[in-house]
Amino acid sequence: MSETADRVKKIVVEHLGVEAEKVTEEASFIDDLGADSLDIVELVMAFEEEFGVEIPDDAAEKITTVKDAITYIDEHKA
Amino acid sequence: MFDLSGMTALVTGASGGIGSAIARGLAAQGARLAVSGSNEARLEEFRASLGGADHVALPCNLSDPAAVDALVPQAVAALGRLDILVNNAGVTRDNLAMRMKDEEWDTVIRVNLEAAFRLMRAAAKPMIKARFGRMISITSVVGQTGNPGQANYAASKAGLVGLSKAMGQELASRGITVNCVAPGFIRSAMTDVLPEAQKTALTGRIPAGDLGTGEDIAAAVVYLASREAGYVTGQTLHVNGGMAMV
Repeated sequence: MSETADRVKKIVVEHLGVEAEKVTEEASFIDDLGADSLDIVELVMAFEEEFGVEIPDDAAEKITTVKDAITYIDEHKA
Repeated sequence: MFDLSGMTALVTGASGGIGSAIARGLAAQGARLAVSGSNEARLEEFRASLGGADHVALPCNLSDPAAVDALVPQAVAALGRLDILVNNAGVTRDNLAMRMKDEEWDTVIRVNLEAAFRLMRAAAKPMIKARFGRMISITSVVGQTGNPGQANYAASKAGLVGLSKAMGQELASRGITVNCVAPGFIRSAMTDVLPEAQKTALTGRIPAGDLGTGEDIAAAVVYLASREAGYVTGQTLHVNGGMAMV
């Protein structure tokens, strides 16, 4: 597992208060992890802070799974 | 009760009549302030008059969207955090609706409603992170009752109420409350110059028998800003001597 994936999953676990084993790459934030739309906004803010990337609103809207987040961050982080 | 020490606040229109009373009220309860206004010299003079703790002045033209978007980040940078946002600034461009120019409509909506939205949207970010926030917008009794000659102003003030209810619902789970204070007739430089007969007619419509003061509004803002008011959100607190009971 990549370093990005580890850090993303850690943030998700902390923010959503879910068990680590539930946070698979395929997991959907809303359908599988019980997030609401405001949780997603917060997660995106946390990813931006952790990785020093800027995730614009149109990109953020497309991030629905853990894998989406990891992929976006890997492609855009400095 | 209502101790605001350790908290910070951004107040727009802070050098005006009601705004300065609000700023003084928050500061008196211990809050550290970023005061904003369009007149740089007057704002700096007001900031200095607050004395005490390290309050900052952040001049801003609220009809300039880019300047408005920059204001909350500036306040966070200057104060280190942002607990309280008071949207107090407002303008009027009175005219009968049929004679109202596009520009008169646009200016009032942009300053009174759109700027408030932009500031609230920006403030939500640090407040969500902190799991605490107080957004308070100064609306007006005419947002509830209407007033001939003020279609633009009444719409902007009613708009603040709806905006606050929507954002109050969005942010309640994060410890952020979003409320309005609706002044009635408040004693100000504007009402001081009214002819005596008109003042008498005005007070005749107010069961309390007198105009309100900036301090009356400030007290309502201090309450809504306090930790004690954490269970109050989406509300409009009417401070009008009974002239409109809603």
